[in-house]
Amino acid sequence: MSAKKETLGKTVGIVVAVCLACSIVVSGAAVGLRSLQNTNAALDKQSNILKAAGLAGEAVSKSDIAKIYDERVEEKFVNLETGEYVANPAQGTGKPYDMYGKVSKDPSSSVQVEGAPAGFNRRAKVANVYHIKDEQGAVSRIILPVHGSGLWDLMYGLLAVDNDGKTVRELIYYQHKETPGLGGEIQNPAWQAKWDGIKLFKDGAVAVEVKKGVKPGDEYAVDGLSGATLTSNGVENTLVYWMGEDGFGPYLKNQSWKS
Amino acid sequence: MADVKEMKKALFGPIIDSNPIALHVLGICSALAITTKLETALVMSLALTTVCAFSNLFISLIRNQIPSSVRIIIQMTIIASLVIVVDQVLKAYSYEISKQLSVFVGLIITNCIVMGRAEAYAMKSPPGMSFLDGIGNGLGYSFVLIVIGTIKELAGFGTILGFEILPLVQNGGWYQGNGLLILPFSSFFLIGGLIWFIRTIRPEQVEPKE
Repeated sequence: MSAKKETLGKTVGIVVAVCLACSIVVSGAAVGLRSLQNTNAALDKQSNILKAAGLAGEAVSKSDIAKIYDERVEEKFVNLETGEYVANPAQGTGKPYDMYGKVSKDPSSSVQVEGAPAGFNRRAKVANVYHIKDEQGAVSRIILPVHGSGLWDLMYGLLAVDNDGKTVRELIYYQHKETPGLGGEIQNPAWQAKWDGIKLFKDGAVAVEVKKGVKPGDEYAVDGLSGATLTSNGVENTLVYWMGEDGFGPYLKNQSWKS
Repeated sequence: MADVKEMKKALFGPIIDSNPIALHVLGICSALAITTKLETALVMSLALTTVCAFSNLFISLIRNQIPSSVRIIIQMTIIASLVIVVDQVLKAYSYEISKQLSVFVGLIITNCIVMGRAEAYAMKSPPGMSFLDGIGNGLGYSFVLIVIGTIKELAGFGTILGFEILPLVQNGGWYQGNGLLILPFSSFFLIGGLIWFIRTIRPEQVEPKE
């Protein structure tokens, strides 16, 4: 390193030049790739919904996903307190409504969850739900977003319910940080299959359970994951909260999708 | 331009002879965390090799202009910009994997291998050689990640790249997955074992006793 480099002007000049060049490259990449990234994020969400709808088997390529989604899925917005449909709260903003985004923190659009039974303190007043239509256009399944904490962090899932509002078809977790091989088995298709046909309510009260040693023929319980008791408890707490009066209870009683 | 022998040394030397993880014990943190599955290990290797090669190239190109008083900051700026570009490209073209790698792509910025090569090699060497050195060290890192990723995925999940090799008990097979090898810290044992192995076949790497 020779001494001639060390004048103040030159040092500042080089630093500014490097920063300028780098910022141009970074912003170029960010702007140039943004549309592709947004498509990817949207596709990821759509394919998760199709999985919960039991339609993922039909979608092979990326264009299939978007096409089947457009034909068979309809997004709706539910006011959780009344169980009625409302207009898209994000209408006019140009962005999709996200019940886990900023609205879940804002006091005007969210409510306090007393005691945090599922591990979160606030939730949005309005939830995104999805109607799955059969080929004749009648609603065959409802997909409800559910989330709650597992062992390490919040687990985000989609619960697919029959159009009777009582029977589970699928429970798909698409985002979680549970231990791979133990709690991470909530994504194992063999475990997911156990949810098919599980009844959520017994005499009007939430009855669904995740426990050890389920008797054959028990319609209200799913066998817990071995070695992952806390994750299994988290799944149960999540469902008990979201199916209860504070969650989708009023909506599932209303059966607004039938009108 | 340097002769062919020297180029070969820059490119393939870091795989066994001067492996950045096994000999210099650099870049351990990411090697621990993302080797649970081979696929993420491969993508991470590719990302690090790209960043290391290009950061070496660009830093070497302007090495005679960089004032030594602020050289680390300038190296960091270049490395960080490259990492952001790689992260954006991953998000655009392989979204699933970028979700799994999450923060670790961003942490390439602090990966000691990239900084180490920039400071130790690219600041003193011509661009062509620096570029090869970057690729070489990336390959050395990749070698370790691939070995460990393969062992961990096979022993932990019974699969390689998602293909079932040993059918798991959970899915009706006979193989009970090794829960320890799924956890990030188990790489310590594997990296330790690998260093032992390399130093047994290359005894000249063993440090003299103090």
